[in-house]
Amino acid sequence: MPKLTIDELAKMRDRTRRTLVPREGGEFRAKINVHMGTCGIAAGARAVMTALIEEAERRSLQDVLLTSSGCAGLCSQEPMMTVETVGKPPVKYVNLDPAKAREILEKHVLGGSIVRDYALGVGSEKTDA
Amino acid sequence: MAEVATARTYRLHLMVCAGTGCVSNHAFELKTALEREIEKHKLENEVTVVPTGCNGFCERGPILVVQPGNVFYQQLSVKDVPHLVEEHFLKGRPVAKFMYFPPEEKTPVPVLSDIPFFKKQVLVALRNRGLIDPEKIEEAIARDGYKALAKALTEMSPEAIISEIARSGLRGRGGAGFPTGLKWQLVRNAVSPNGGAKYVVCNGDEGDPGAFMDRSILEADPHAVIEGMVIGAKAIGAAAGFVYVRNEYPLAVNRLAVALEQARAFGLLGRDILGTGFDFDIRIKRGAGAFVCGEETALIASIEGRLGEPRPRPPYPAQSGLWGKPTCINNVETWANVPVIIDRGSAWFAGIGTATSKGTKVFSLVGKINNTGLVEVPMGITLREIISDIGGGIPGGKAFKAVQTGGPSGGCIPKEQIDLPIDYESLAAAGSMMGSGGMVVMDEDTCMVDVARYFLSFTQDESCGKCTPCREGTKAMLDVLTRITEGKGVPDDIALLEDLASAIKDTALCGLGKTAPNPVLTTLRYFRDEYETHIRDRKCPAHVCRQLNIYAIDPRLCLDKGKGCDVCRRNCASEAISGSKGEAHAVLQDKCIKCGVCADVCAFGAVRVE
Repeated sequence: MPKLTIDELAKMRDRTRRTLVPREGGEFRAKINVHMGTCGIAAGARAVMTALIEEAERRSLQDVLLTSSGCAGLCSQEPMMTVETVGKPPVKYVNLDPAKAREILEKHVLGGSIVRDYALGVGSEKTDA
Repeated sequence: MAEVATARTYRLHLMVCAGTGCVSNHAFELKTALEREIEKHKLENEVTVVPTGCNGFCERGPILVVQPGNVFYQQLSVKDVPHLVEEHFLKGRPVAKFMYFPPEEKTPVPVLSDIPFFKKQVLVALRNRGLIDPEKIEEAIARDGYKALAKALTEMSPEAIISEIARSGLRGRGGAGFPTGLKWQLVRNAVSPNGGAKYVVCNGDEGDPGAFMDRSILEADPHAVIEGMVIGAKAIGAAAGFVYVRNEYPLAVNRLAVALEQARAFGLLGRDILGTGFDFDIRIKRGAGAFVCGEETALIASIEGRLGEPRPRPPYPAQSGLWGKPTCINNVETWANVPVIIDRGSAWFAGIGTATSKGTKVFSLVGKINNTGLVEVPMGITLREIISDIGGGIPGGKAFKAVQTGGPSGGCIPKEQIDLPIDYESLAAAGSMMGSGGMVVMDEDTCMVDVARYFLSFTQDESCGKCTPCREGTKAMLDVLTRITEGKGVPDDIALLEDLASAIKDTALCGLGKTAPNPVLTTLRYFRDEYETHIRDRKCPAHVCRQLNIYAIDPRLCLDKGKGCDVCRRNCASEAISGSKGEAHAVLQDKCIKCGVCADVCAFGAVRVE
């Protein structure tokens, strides 16, 4: 193993840090929640999640949180995902596939504009908390 | 350029506690099961399992923390894994039944940082706990590991490093609290005979009963200790260092060895560190587990290959240490604090704690306490906050009686002083000491004379025998304490204990002997009445000293509830119980050897202890 110089140490720190971001509980600019109920998985949610992970990896994204949750209740329109960007209401997308997910990541999560063609609506159900 | 082993981004990081406590609770089997199940669901490219050092909440192990989200799962077993993986890691539904439920409550606390045990903790020495795999140097580096080293080697003179440590107010975490910066300055100023070497040593000979701070730091973040030592070596001008660690800490020894190898491979240890021309390397010296070897001159003798016995000081190791050379010995936790002080600055560190005690202290919280575990708290926090808020109070609704700090060299602090702030001076004024961080909580069922006897039996056992006051004095004290607990105490015994204690304190060769009487002196100071009751009334108020107990059977309870079940009589080895099945039983006091078996086996509570 070649020995590190001061510069290489700093580079290694920055590069590895990126992979530890999910552990450190910092701020995320966006959260993408892929609905992974049985219905979602049957309709192809796993492929959507895989595509998002690969895309995040390819773009070296550090501040986008990829997460999963259960069935969103609209089983007929799975796979679904919910995108939340900081300070904006969540947007639910329906009938997804890997290509659509990549497009949403690029245009909405990174670009800031909602992809209306795939969106179900803006906002969430009310909950009695 | 070195390759990064963990370059992949995973959406979920499963942080499995792999400290010694959880490992003995099958944490590695849990990890294997998680990996197997994750693979079964083809999640291996999305979810990673990371073994970490001690999470701290040992009471609830094995522990799994899920990131992002900080979801805390506890007391997991291998059979829980399929459900957990499918529900949470695949379908995104956290599983409430594996979460932490505070005592008496029906709703769980899902997030680690909301659990009271963690809320008041401030992590400095344990800054990487639960966040990195201690066997992956890249992860330590990502968390600013070796950043302070780069700064110290390129931007700071040895004097600047020492003055930064001095300004931080860091004091020795091994117990005595000597100012670290001053110690480094003394070693730097010392002239090595014939222009020879100087050494740095890490004292990891943790031996206090119930203490596991140093072990946990070495297990969780060995690179913090290594980095601290390299910085210290640069400051004092040492070319070689030793970590003295107990061989009975296999996980710590192993993780340290792996870390040293990785640091060498990355050029962070060895020749020409980081290309700066500075040479320094560290070797592990495994100790055989003698308590006295935590004393610095005995530790030095042990590293040199001689019998682990202390010698008189001065000369102090700063003048004449390993092989007669100036040697800087600091405790594991002290070294682990060094990099973060250099990195974040002395002012930041000095901003934590009290006027005379800066920073944080790691404690192992054990004994009669709900939340056994490893905690790091800012100096100045009160005992009450540690015991009630972090520790969750005393189990079984019992009353708090005392807390023992400083191990066999420390003392017992009574409940009247529960609002005592934790700092070097307050603990010393209370007759105890900071020590290395053992904190043993005692409840109303604890006999303080028995506690003192226990600690004296420990030090008597561990006394190396070199000096008479310690060898004979601790034995004499133990004899007196033993006879008091057996009901054979005489009125002069308390004065005798005090005489012996002061003679040993004044004349023993090393710290082990000088401090050995402390548990007796503090219990005499705060619980003198218990000694007097033992001697005068031949009674042990906590019913711990069995020779002083009188066992008696309540005939009505025996007959009404137990129907004269006869279990006690059949279990009594000395045939000291009269009565046969169906009759009320009774203890024949002249035959009773006070073993307590009858009280243990009676299912009806009919055997009274007086």
